[in-house]
Amino acid sequence: MSARLFSFHGGVKPEHHKNESAGSPIRPAPLPTRLIVPLRHNTRAVAVCRVEPGQTVLKGERIGDAEGVLGTAVHAPASGTVVEIREHPMAHPSGLATTCVVIEPDGEERWVPHQPYDHLASDRQSTLNYLRDSGIVGMGGAAFPSHVKLGAGSGIETLVLNGAECEPWITCDDRLMRERAVTIIDGAIILFELIGARRILVGIEDNKPEAIAAMRAAAADCKAPIEVVAVPTRYPAGGEKQLIRVLTGIEIPHGKLGGEYGVQCFNVGTAHAVHRAIRHGEPLLSRVVTLTGNAAQPGNYEVLIGTPIADLLPLMQPKPGTDRYLLGGPMMGFALPDLSVPIVKGSNCIIAASQALFPEPEPELACIRCGECARACPADLQPFELYWYSRSRNFGKAQEYHLFDCIECGCCAFVCPSHIPLVDYYRFAKTEIWARERENTAASQARDRFEFRNYRIEREKAEKAARLAAKAAETKAKLAKTGEPVAIEKGGDDKPAVSSDDPKKALIAAALARAKQQKAEVEARNTTDLPPETAAEIAEIDARRKSLDLSSKATSTASSTPNQASPPSVESKLPQANDAADSTGTAVHVNEERK
Amino acid sequence: MIHSPYIRKPASVSSVMLTVLLALIPGIAMYVWQVGAGILVNLLIATIVAVAAEALVLKLRGRPVLLGIGDLSAVVTAWLIVLCFPPIVPWWITVIAVLVAIIAVKHLYGGLGQNPFNPAMVAYCAMIVAYPSLMSQWPPAGGLDFQTQLGLILGGMRDIDAVTAATALDAMRTGLRTGAGTIDAVMTQPTFGTLGGRGYEWIALGYLVGGLILLFRRTITWHMPVAFIVGLASTACLFWLFNPAQFASPLFHLASGGAMLAAFFIVTDPVSGATTPRGKLIFAAGIGILAYLIRAFGAFPEGIAFAVLLMNMCVPLIDMKTQPPVFGQRSRKLP
Repeated sequence: MSARLFSFHGGVKPEHHKNESAGSPIRPAPLPTRLIVPLRHNTRAVAVCRVEPGQTVLKGERIGDAEGVLGTAVHAPASGTVVEIREHPMAHPSGLATTCVVIEPDGEERWVPHQPYDHLASDRQSTLNYLRDSGIVGMGGAAFPSHVKLGAGSGIETLVLNGAECEPWITCDDRLMRERAVTIIDGAIILFELIGARRILVGIEDNKPEAIAAMRAAAADCKAPIEVVAVPTRYPAGGEKQLIRVLTGIEIPHGKLGGEYGVQCFNVGTAHAVHRAIRHGEPLLSRVVTLTGNAAQPGNYEVLIGTPIADLLPLMQPKPGTDRYLLGGPMMGFALPDLSVPIVKGSNCIIAASQALFPEPEPELACIRCGECARACPADLQPFELYWYSRSRNFGKAQEYHLFDCIECGCCAFVCPSHIPLVDYYRFAKTEIWARERENTAASQARDRFEFRNYRIEREKAEKAARLAAKAAETKAKLAKTGEPVAIEKGGDDKPAVSSDDPKKALIAAALARAKQQKAEVEARNTTDLPPETAAEIAEIDARRKSLDLSSKATSTASSTPNQASPPSVESKLPQANDAADSTGTAVHVNEERK
Repeated sequence: MIHSPYIRKPASVSSVMLTVLLALIPGIAMYVWQVGAGILVNLLIATIVAVAAEALVLKLRGRPVLLGIGDLSAVVTAWLIVLCFPPIVPWWITVIAVLVAIIAVKHLYGGLGQNPFNPAMVAYCAMIVAYPSLMSQWPPAGGLDFQTQLGLILGGMRDIDAVTAATALDAMRTGLRTGAGTIDAVMTQPTFGTLGGRGYEWIALGYLVGGLILLFRRTITWHMPVAFIVGLASTACLFWLFNPAQFASPLFHLASGGAMLAAFFIVTDPVSGATTPRGKLIFAAGIGILAYLIRAFGAFPEGIAFAVLLMNMCVPLIDMKTQPPVFGQRSRKLP
């Protein structure tokens, strides 16, 4: 029942260096004095802390709640006391800090009450929630939440179990498969039942015959349609998309998930964690980590999440000449900027690096377009073109040549005869593009906000004008009813002619009329009930003033212009408001398209 | 800070270039055996001039000199120039050609990896246009001893119509154009051997062996040599089948002139050639076809150099239009 194998383009065959640690069984790492458990476990999800400093926690107790689509829960890896919650550098090339819960283990390993979970008796969504709350994420490195993968897509034909472990030096999955094949297969069957697949394909590189034999023996003992396939040893055969391609012939494009193509892939470590969660009710608290490289005692250890890497180093007894430590394999891993960072769910290997094992690269020469990189690229890209455009900051062209399809596996840089650190150029180009996109987004958001503000101001003006117009029309109607339309007409001699069909003009006319009326009333009030002499005096003064007024009006008409000017200014603003509304509407529309 | 990958295959530009130089040795050995050791003098002169010119320009450009010389690319260029030229060409022609190739064609365009044209081919074209007669004087196989060759290379005066002969391609061309008769009649001249030029066909065999070494060592891929040979041979075959009396056989075209040198060492220059698999096929086949057309109908007996330059111009277009599909572009979603 050997399936037909497919092949992926490119790939390289570095020296595998598996023998250093492959022979040593998984041993539990000693309990560290402090566990530093990050609440962030991937770039997009941070758990919500639910403990406080000073609080005692039990082993397996939830200390962080899942939040967001990609969130999963975080648990106390050991019983003890929460000492503090603080920022701590994380296992990332940047060495940036993230919020961590620092736990001082009490060494008693008291478990929180837990029991097996019957996923067959529960509905699918609650099982997925259970896995989320058990903190199950992909153990292959990316720590992608498993419940999200399980929830995506329907009609999955094939469940692929990734035991390829193609990176040199790493042996944690190899040991896990050799020693815990039965639990891995059981976990795989749980995953298989959850996504309703029709078959399980386990892909293991053929340089791990013991693991293949163990997994085949375990698979033979169960009824599920499992096939353990030895795949040719060629880096990066363990890349999710490459392994799917090798086993099923399906190529999943960049940015797509396997679910859309009827195939879903999980790491063997993830299957093991699912088994622990479902059959034993244990959340994900530890993982197997390979300690190897320039070391006297390379080995594989079961390490609690949150164990500082510095605490693990003595276990492998690094030899003199070790000048740095790599997290992950030599092809895709990175040199740790800080040894106090904790092991997280995706940390699979720590390599003691020396100049002898990992020499400084030779000086970078010019690209001679030999095309070795294109022959090695498992994503079928033209790396030298990407290099050319990244180097010249022609990022648009780089994207045209599918920069973002690059999986940064390092094959191109591995084969390059000019020793060009090609992947660094792609990382540079990608981060530059991301930064520009962020700037563009921020700028367009600011522009949208500004345009909307203008629109809002104009709209409010227009609304106010409309309100006033309505009120004026009302007043006009009221006046018309009481039979005094003349009052408006007579409103003032310096007022422009009012056509009754123009509500705005009517409104202004009405307002002016009201103002005059009020003024007249006020004046009247001041001059009523006066003695006749005083009244005569006032009349005299008024007459004098009137003559003065007349003369001043004759000399200057400027004083009357503001009154005349105001109605057209209101008029001219209204169409503007409409224009603004239109243009803003278009802007919003464009913005939606952009999304 | 160094980023991943932390391991690298033991490969380098200098090892690539060294492989190319070693693969040229069978051809050079045949040259010495069949024509004489004069070629070695020119190789020496060209190598020294190329390295010196490279060092000078690198220094002027403020680039690391030893690193640049150490990649051996200048030596490869120098050797290819000499192997394209008549072995008794005066030393100063070699010097000018190498200077043109290294300074003008390579470094003025940005140095290693940046030149759009094949430096050796530009040098050849420049020289054959500038000094057509000196560039057409080929010694007959075994016709000149080393002393004479050395004298011709280093000496000033040349009265050499007595000692040189036309190449097979030249003789074929002249023979057919002057109406001397059919192919068979022309081929009876002493210049011709079994397939191509007498003696020179052995050199072609040497290049073929070296080319196979390059293929075997995976320094080059099969695309370019195969496409070039197929392009040249099939075009020749077409005309030959049409009129075998007036057009030489495809085998004659493959065995004469620089066809074998070009197929494995010149067309395959990665810097100025196409890079995608399909692009390589188009590029090399185009050179083969153009080379035949220039040989048969053009003004020069050998057309490969011009064909290479013409196709060099098309490389950006070819590469752009022949991008292979990336991973996942061929796949189809679930219904």
